[in-house]
Amino acid sequence: MENNFFIDSDNLSDAALAKKHRLENDPASRRDITEYLPGMEKIESDICEKVMSIADSYNSEEFTARDVTAALSHDTCTVRDFMALLSPAAEPFLEKMAQRASIETKRHFGNTVYLFTPLYLANYCENYCVYCGFNCYNSIKRMKLTSEQIEHEMKVIADSGMEEILLLTGESRSMSSVEYIGEACRMARKYFRLVGLEIYPVNTDEYKYLHECGADYVTVFQETYDKDAYEKLHLYGHKRVWPYRFEAQERALMAGMRGVAFSALLGLSDFRRDALASALHLYFLQKKYPHAEMSLSCPRLRPIVNNDKINPRDVHEKQLCQIICAYRIFLPFAGITVSTRESAEFRRGIVKIAATKVSAGVSTGIGDHESKYTGKDSGKDDATGDEQFEINDTRSLDEMYKDIASDGLQPVLNDYLYV
Amino acid sequence: MNTNDKLIVGGHEFNSRFILGSGKYSLNLIESAVRDAGAEIITLAVRRANTRDQENIIDYIPKGVTLLPNTSGARDASEAVRIARLARELGCGDFVKIEIMRDTKYLLPDNAETVKATEILANEGFVVMPYMYPDLNTARDLVSAGAAAVMPLASPIGSNKGLATRDFIEILINEIELPIIVDAGIGRPSQACEAMEMGAAAIMANTALATAGNLPLMASAFRQAIEAGRSAYLSGLGRVLERGGSSSDPLTGFLRD
Repeated sequence: MENNFFIDSDNLSDAALAKKHRLENDPASRRDITEYLPGMEKIESDICEKVMSIADSYNSEEFTARDVTAALSHDTCTVRDFMALLSPAAEPFLEKMAQRASIETKRHFGNTVYLFTPLYLANYCENYCVYCGFNCYNSIKRMKLTSEQIEHEMKVIADSGMEEILLLTGESRSMSSVEYIGEACRMARKYFRLVGLEIYPVNTDEYKYLHECGADYVTVFQETYDKDAYEKLHLYGHKRVWPYRFEAQERALMAGMRGVAFSALLGLSDFRRDALASALHLYFLQKKYPHAEMSLSCPRLRPIVNNDKINPRDVHEKQLCQIICAYRIFLPFAGITVSTRESAEFRRGIVKIAATKVSAGVSTGIGDHESKYTGKDSGKDDATGDEQFEINDTRSLDEMYKDIASDGLQPVLNDYLYV
Repeated sequence: MNTNDKLIVGGHEFNSRFILGSGKYSLNLIESAVRDAGAEIITLAVRRANTRDQENIIDYIPKGVTLLPNTSGARDASEAVRIARLARELGCGDFVKIEIMRDTKYLLPDNAETVKATEILANEGFVVMPYMYPDLNTARDLVSAGAAAVMPLASPIGSNKGLATRDFIEILINEIELPIIVDAGIGRPSQACEAMEMGAAAIMANTALATAGNLPLMASAFRQAIEAGRSAYLSGLGRVLERGGSSSDPLTGFLRD
């Protein structure tokens, strides 16, 4: 494949290697991605059909400069206008789109920029997603934080001034159970105002339990809405079940979560179609659950441990900026998150246009906040776990806070009450 | 400024009729915005106030200005009541602006839940200023529930579209005895002036200032527009000719007995 995703580790047994190769080379050895596994809840919902009927028929090449000009002249951006803004025909209009996006952002969010940080609890994973550093065949240092370690990490992060935290795990129910995550949520409520989750998708009753434990925001990346590409990239594990993942946000809202976030990992498939589908996923779900808060993330592929060849392919910064501007114009009320996958320069620029939420003081590894925040080393080699992907913007909360303020924007650490 | 013409809300007197929002611009601009707007009341979101010292919005608000904490983030009456009580615990005083939204896209207020929350909080001694969609029946219910003012929206919040609900706000001004404070959607000083000419008791604005090139200057422009509109209202607007001049030969001139 173009990104050279397949990497064999010397640490794998012959049997494991043989299975890995079979999964990679023989589609018949892989499960049907639309088949729910035992225990996976199936909900009645028409959202998927609504999103995919539009996304599947989208041909970004059919739009012209005229469509883009018309889209930019409309007060309300229709779905068709949004399609035009995502198309190659809109690329020469990027500055105009940015100006319009910046007006919409100011109207809805003023000049505020929200800050948060992720905390990875564990990096065990039972899936084989070929582009991800945590995939079960990748030979990395695995680790799961104990409750004492979780509390310690949270204290270090809270001491830095952070008030919103996003808890993440690799996708392993056996190593990071719902109860384990729930306990982490309870602990996080002591140190932070808002607790978000980015974990494997779970059933409604489990989201309800996690909400009762203090979590109030659920992020699930669909990775790609292109089912054929999804099938070739997620070769093994529960994550392979595409529709169960698609319905995760809706289950979270049914369970009482205040908000949900959506994303495709740009670069896995046709990024324009993926951007369209991500926004439509939000758009239709917002119509059904109008009280819910919603946001979009815009991650691009990044290099991982053992594979530095992975890159965002045809999604350059210009295209990423185009997508983000189009998101803002189509969904002026939605939050837009830009992660440390992007450079400090890009993030400083994009918060002036459309992004409303950025992470700071980020580590995608396990248990390494103290060494990263204070320079204090535990001295033990096995004290931390490897990272999910390489970050690009390494600024601390203090640095981010100062940069945002010096750019004339207002950094905000909390705009939330758990009620 | 006519110092005999007071805005009275819940028994409290104010000289200024400009209520300032605080949530959409830099904290260090609040002081100059308040000064140039001549504002005596400033709103703040309780959810923004509930934070660490480093950026606590309360610390940026000049002394002597009345805080009007709002319940933004509340999705129903019970959440609004909890947020209002928290505002009181945080030392924000007894004023509260009720904002209840079940829609994150347009942020339109839920009138029914707003009436419920108003009744509960008024009974607890709050000075309740409910944000509402301009509906006469709801406004009457808010009066019965103990509201201290009624705050109808001019157009969707943040839209800067001006008096889209003009005729309905006018009905409230004509029928409701409480101060009618036009809130949300006012994008220009001229629109604020128009609302004041109609007889609105005060104007609340946030986005119009936050999106201006020079925030303190726009604050000052709003102050002047609001004062001009108020003076025009108090003086009684003169005749406005609809089409050209009036006929010197009246149509009813033939009537004799």
